[in-house]
Amino acid sequence: MAGHVKHWRVGAAGIAVLALALTACGGAKVGDDSSGSDSSGGSAECGTFNLAVNPWVGYEANAAVIAYVAEKDLGCKVVKKDLKEEIAWQGFGTGEVDAVVENWGHNDLKKKYITDQKTAVEAGSTGNEGLIGWYVPPWLAKEHPDITDWNNLNKYADKFKTSESGGKGQLLDGDPSFETNDEALVKNLKLDYKVVYGGSETALIQAFRDAEKNKKWLIGYFYEPQWFLAEVPLVKVKLPDYKEGCDADAEKVACDYPVYKLDKIVSAKFAKSGSPAYDLVKNFTWTNDDQNVVAKYIAVDKMTPEAAAEKWVEANRDKVKAWIK
Amino acid sequence: MAAVVEKTDKPDKVVELAKVPEPAPLAGVRKVSRGMVVGAVLLVWLVLFAVLRGKHTLTLSAADLTDLHRWFNDVNDSIGANRNSNPLFLYFFNEIRLVIDTLVTFVQELISQPSGDRPVPQIGWLGVVGIAGYVSWAVGNWRVALLAVAGFTFLGVQGLWQESMDTLALTLSAVLVALLFAIPLGVWAGLSDRFNRIVTPFLDFMQTMPTFVYLAPLTLFFLIGGASATIATVIYAAPPAIRITAHAIRSVPETTVEAADSLGATRQQALLKVLLPMSKRTVVMGVNQSIMAALAMVTIAALIGAPGLGRTVVQALQSLDVGTAFNAGLSIVVMAIVLDRVTTAASTRAKAARSSKTRFLAWRRRLLGAGAVVTAVLVYMSHTYVWAAEFPGEGGAGSSIASAADTTTTWVQDELSGLTNAVRDTLTNGLLNPFQSLLTDSPWWLVGAVLIALGVVFGGWRAGLTTAVCVGLLVGTGVWSDGMTTMALSLVATVLVMLIGVFFGVWMGRSALVDRLLRPTLDAAQVMPPFVYLVPFLALFGPTRFTAIVAAVVYAAPVAVKIIADGIRKVPATTVEAATSAGCNTWQIITKVQLPMARGALTLATNQGLIYVLSMVVVGGLVGAGALGYDVVAGFSQGQLYGKGLAAGLAIVLLGVMFDRITQAAARRAGA
Repeated sequence: MAGHVKHWRVGAAGIAVLALALTACGGAKVGDDSSGSDSSGGSAECGTFNLAVNPWVGYEANAAVIAYVAEKDLGCKVVKKDLKEEIAWQGFGTGEVDAVVENWGHNDLKKKYITDQKTAVEAGSTGNEGLIGWYVPPWLAKEHPDITDWNNLNKYADKFKTSESGGKGQLLDGDPSFETNDEALVKNLKLDYKVVYGGSETALIQAFRDAEKNKKWLIGYFYEPQWFLAEVPLVKVKLPDYKEGCDADAEKVACDYPVYKLDKIVSAKFAKSGSPAYDLVKNFTWTNDDQNVVAKYIAVDKMTPEAAAEKWVEANRDKVKAWIK
Repeated sequence: MAAVVEKTDKPDKVVELAKVPEPAPLAGVRKVSRGMVVGAVLLVWLVLFAVLRGKHTLTLSAADLTDLHRWFNDVNDSIGANRNSNPLFLYFFNEIRLVIDTLVTFVQELISQPSGDRPVPQIGWLGVVGIAGYVSWAVGNWRVALLAVAGFTFLGVQGLWQESMDTLALTLSAVLVALLFAIPLGVWAGLSDRFNRIVTPFLDFMQTMPTFVYLAPLTLFFLIGGASATIATVIYAAPPAIRITAHAIRSVPETTVEAADSLGATRQQALLKVLLPMSKRTVVMGVNQSIMAALAMVTIAALIGAPGLGRTVVQALQSLDVGTAFNAGLSIVVMAIVLDRVTTAASTRAKAARSSKTRFLAWRRRLLGAGAVVTAVLVYMSHTYVWAAEFPGEGGAGSSIASAADTTTTWVQDELSGLTNAVRDTLTNGLLNPFQSLLTDSPWWLVGAVLIALGVVFGGWRAGLTTAVCVGLLVGTGVWSDGMTTMALSLVATVLVMLIGVFFGVWMGRSALVDRLLRPTLDAAQVMPPFVYLVPFLALFGPTRFTAIVAAVVYAAPVAVKIIADGIRKVPATTVEAATSAGCNTWQIITKVQLPMARGALTLATNQGLIYVLSMVVVGGLVGAGALGYDVVAGFSQGQLYGKGLAAGLAIVLLGVMFDRITQAAARRAGA
């Protein structure tokens, strides 16, 4: 015990000296600076805004810009949550998610959460038009211009054979959460192709990148607006024209994909909350080009989403003004 | 379900086949006849395949569902619709969620997230580094303390301090919760054979069920964010701790327990004073395994909104940013290595401390006190001053590591893709495709019968019975055909794993130097999140089944290598010397002495290799492997495919259980 007491005394002297020495070179104390305080003043009005971020860069561009404006102009505390669509929609009912800001179709989710459970409501278009379809790398479209018409696809089926396609041509599909009718299309258009699932957007992009670079034959599912098209401008293949209702029966689809009006979905609670963040989400619209610019900042120039949003917002103040009137 | 009933009488047919090897009295004769039986089974299979090809294959296309899948969907939907009115939610799940959420938030505010009015957490980087160093030193030794300090500082230098702390906070919370259940359950399983038998299938299930399957339901039960992520991690991280604790209790020598009994100790006294202290060292190894498993879940947890390094990896993957993903992955590896070495040092420390004398102990106590004081000062500083709270610098080291990783990957992609494509096509066309079509194009009952027959030949009657049950349930899941595709992939991957395992395992087992050089690489390959190397692999091999195989091999080979190296090292030196003096050359020693004597290790390596390969099936689904992996990912992504994803997850578990029981039974036979 005696040893203990002695040691404590030594120790206490030790801290005193150490603490003094360190305080001398101390510097700014936590809470001293003003950076933390100015945001808390504004946030009283807006409160916390839970923004889902679905996993593709175009969505991230929308989310980054909305979050930046909500934080800087409206003083909201924005909490971004990285979630897949299905999970994000689940969050409307539990209060974990306030808004999804780039929705592609998903009529099943709309039925489940808007019509049946009534936990979500639509908040209008984002202004973006989504195109889904089959694409080929630019070199291929240039060397064989007729390949961009589906009628000629069977002629080239042999060239698209891979180790995965079991003797037929390969049509590469991507992430399972994408809207796709490709299996039905191949069957109903009597194409000599097999749908092979890459399983992720990453796989799809890497395959197209490789195909363009090494002049490989590749045809696959893709969509716009997409940052990757700025790097490799893929060429869309023409399928039979879309007519209202031609995709009503999933088994019998034999026409192109419709043009998707991308829209925003918010939780019912958030829509009624009177939060300025809701008005921002509701009023937010921009063009495909706008989104591509921000997406390119993030994906190609490797800026953080915050920095990318700041750069675009500060250069387009007139557009932003309309959202926050 | 009818299929299951039908299945139960199947073994009878196999009985006739497999009876042949049983009565043979001599080991030599028996081995030959077992090989012949296997050959006969395969020959029958090939003949019937040629005749019946394409019949009764039970194929199901990507968007098709069975009644079972729809039923799973309905259950899922009704849970979601009733979660705000159901008392089970209000008073049970919500309470659990609240407790875990409070714990996670508390740890986060301590080290990673701003709390209250403070723009920084309660303890800044200097405090965390101080605590890490001090604790490592106190439970381990000064060498691991140095490693801990260097490792944690490196996280900050990479510019990923906050992300790393979020990951650490989630890992610590999850491991804490896991141990709270795992240690008592492990002790129970160690004391009671019956409970052990009951709990083992559940543990198998928890470890083999792909996480993707229960992520969406977890968010339904426990909402998005930290709590769900922690619970997902607990489910995966608790089983190793339970198993190892049970094993530790079991391996306390019987004589010691008997001695305690004869001294009149009660059951409780025997447990607290004898069993637990004596198994402490092994229990710490269980803690270690729990931590490693928890870290393996970091990227997956990011998919349901968990903050931290996993999020960085997942985000980087979206824009195919290999450098950034590698950076974050490297931080996970560094954290894993630090935590691994510290807990390992802690487990050996107990023994070292007992042997050291009291004078040193007194000194140590004084030093520990002084260390505690210094740590307290560091914590105070990091709580008070900005420079000690926020990691200084811009994380420049991180971006240079990232660009180096980028350059290397690009170079490898450009230089090697011709070669890799050739390798891919040769293996796919020469081995994978024929094997897969044999499995998927044969009638299901034929493949089932062959599997059961092989189960009986390799593993005995009980293994055969397990196989029969698994085959029946696999048919019941409705994803039989995808299951067979996945099985073909997994078996090819396991063959590659074993080739690599034997080559490097023998090399490492024979040379301590090689062992020391290779071991860190093996550790890194096991801990590096697979999401990090998906992009380079996609560039090298394209979105194909082969890419999935390569990813699985990277993950599974280190385990096989380690087990085989260990087996080779355990071959008695005298035996090797005897062989050398008898004039054997190195090749002969390896093939005639070391490998045959390490047969047990080889079987164990095959078992573990297969299980590890199966745990990568879902990742394979992200890079073009299709089949069960794709079904699981699709179930996680699309509501109407949820039930099918769940069924595919069950199918993976069934494949795992089937292989595990057969190889383990085979290992017991080999050992006997």
